[in-house]
Amino acid sequence: MSSNLFNAGHTACAGCGQSMAARLVIEASGQNTVVVNNTGCLEVFSTAYPQTAWGVPWIHSLFENAAAVASGVEAGLIYSGKKEGTNVIAQGGDGSTADIGLQALSGMLERGHDILYVCYDNEAYMNTGVQRSGLTPFDTNTTTSPVGVKSTGNIRPKKPMPEIANAHGIAYVATASAGFPQDLQRKVKKAMSLKGPKYIQVHVPCPLGWRHEPAQTVNVAKLAVDTGLYPLIEYENGKLIGVRQIQPKPVEEYIKVQGRFKHLTNNPEEIKKIQEIADHNIEKYGLRVKTETAADVKSDTRP
Amino acid sequence: MKEFIEGSLAVAEAVKLCKPGVVSAYPITPQTHIVEELASMVADGKLNAQFVNVESEHSAASVVLGSEATGTRSYTATSSQGLFYMMEVVFNIAGMRLPIVMTCANRAVSAPINIWNDQQDSISLRDSGWVQLFAEDIQEAVDLHFIAYKLAEDKSIMLPVMVCMDGFILTHGIETVDMPSQEQVDKYLPKYNTTYKLDVTNPISMGLLAGPDYYMETRFAIEETHKDILKLLPKLTADFAKIFGRTYNGLVEEYQVKDAEKVIVALGSVCGTVKEVVDELRSKGKKVGLLKITSYRPFPAEAIYEALKNVPKVAVLDRAVSLGSFAPVSSEIKAVFTSKKKKPQVISNFVVGLGGRDITKESIKEMFKLLSAKELTNEFIDLKPELLKESYEQ
Repeated sequence: MSSNLFNAGHTACAGCGQSMAARLVIEASGQNTVVVNNTGCLEVFSTAYPQTAWGVPWIHSLFENAAAVASGVEAGLIYSGKKEGTNVIAQGGDGSTADIGLQALSGMLERGHDILYVCYDNEAYMNTGVQRSGLTPFDTNTTTSPVGVKSTGNIRPKKPMPEIANAHGIAYVATASAGFPQDLQRKVKKAMSLKGPKYIQVHVPCPLGWRHEPAQTVNVAKLAVDTGLYPLIEYENGKLIGVRQIQPKPVEEYIKVQGRFKHLTNNPEEIKKIQEIADHNIEKYGLRVKTETAADVKSDTRP
Repeated sequence: MKEFIEGSLAVAEAVKLCKPGVVSAYPITPQTHIVEELASMVADGKLNAQFVNVESEHSAASVVLGSEATGTRSYTATSSQGLFYMMEVVFNIAGMRLPIVMTCANRAVSAPINIWNDQQDSISLRDSGWVQLFAEDIQEAVDLHFIAYKLAEDKSIMLPVMVCMDGFILTHGIETVDMPSQEQVDKYLPKYNTTYKLDVTNPISMGLLAGPDYYMETRFAIEETHKDILKLLPKLTADFAKIFGRTYNGLVEEYQVKDAEKVIVALGSVCGTVKEVVDELRSKGKKVGLLKITSYRPFPAEAIYEALKNVPKVAVLDRAVSLGSFAPVSSEIKAVFTSKKKKPQVISNFVVGLGGRDITKESIKEMFKLLSAKELTNEFIDLKPELLKESYEQ
């Protein structure tokens, strides 16, 4: 890639899923984009003064207010007659989206701003050292949901952010994955073709926090989708318009490659609970492909 | 044109004359009338601005941060808890050098919850980097908004300004106000134009991480700019006088200070009451005066020194507290005279009018009376002994 919208030389860790996804997002949105970033890994590794990785206008204010700052950016651009032809992206990690920034995000979605909000979901507060967030999966070992004699890790499943966003009655909601770059870029382009608030949540493995090999980022991301633990879904104006269908793999395949789930290795009871979460997703969104041939076709022509 | 008008509506009119492109606010008493009026101006097509109705003050401040970053003149208003909820954004706006203007309708801070006036809210954010200008009456509140934008957007300044007006007393009071014409305001306040903005044709990054190698200079730079403001503000108010015909010093106002033996130092609407008492006492031959501080940030230490250096007795009136220490304005007035040869023999300080307790002419007279050779510290005026007794006995 040589578009210079998100340049190499930033200080993300090897194998960082978020940096891959952020580049895919901005390249899909294009040069006429203003980016508003919450505090988090992406902000820290891409804009340490006096350097910046960004080739588009970019602003960071605080941890939780990107959605509100972006609302102001949009209002300012409308006032000065520059909104037409300009995309506005607000983005942040899972903690700044689903926890501390949820109020500002809800306000942005409810007010109908023409903004795409992108949540890079690496399933914990990675920038501060792997603490549990509202998007941390069930039974994950984090520094604030540690495994112990009385604990198998995080006690709650992920907050249903895509459903929460969708409940605002907005133009477009989708989940995506760093493991499926073309699908992610297609969804960003689709979002930008629609006026109004849009929400995309991208699953981005974090080798440091998830404790997998940096070279395995894409494979780990794919396994999350292929087990049914991270369904790729799309809503337009509240209606489910597409899902990525899968031939579900057992969740052990996903769990066993990550240190954050290592404590579950000989715990079939807990693995069963995680399998139930995947099964519920498969049932709820109709993820299971009918035949093998259909899977091959569908995976390339979504939706 | 002279109008008999409520303070909030007058301020809304002044803001409209400044032609902001984006207004964002969240309701809180006693600020609401200002933003309600701006909302109806937008609804009626009288003000061409984007009015963004947000879900919190945190987002109100964040919205104007974002719009200002696109190079659009922006405005917000709040009070009390609202200002506190904005606090991290308030600091952030100053650090990012965004020249936003905000009205703070000064109100007490919870608990106990109290919607009435004191100045604890603004004063508590005095270290944020914002300029803080305090209005004595509605006319001054109106005029300070034009001066605020002019100052904030000056290319050598680029800092936000908070215009502080006492809640209810000024926001809901009604006075005759000389409202300037659009031509006058346009002449004084040109269209906002900045080099540093979010613009797809010239992409820049704003709000970067600055580590130990860079952070400290950014704070130093704001401190230096505050020194520049002390020089610039009297020039801007002189320019203001030429166009609008009203004269302000911008930093401090001396009222009967020259030969005074006793002077009260105060901020905001109480200065009007003090002036009346000064007139009364002067007519009886008592040499008393008032030093009004308009600019609390930057703190005009030099002007205060010059005004008070030959005054034997000074009383500082605080409408806020720094619980566990000296009241805020008084500790700074005392700091002005540290290691100075010429200084008042006595600087006493009085805490008055918290949570909307009336400051009457009698309260002011009581302060002049208590201002004797004995220096008083954190002397609360108009306390109710019967309530204190009750609480001790429980």
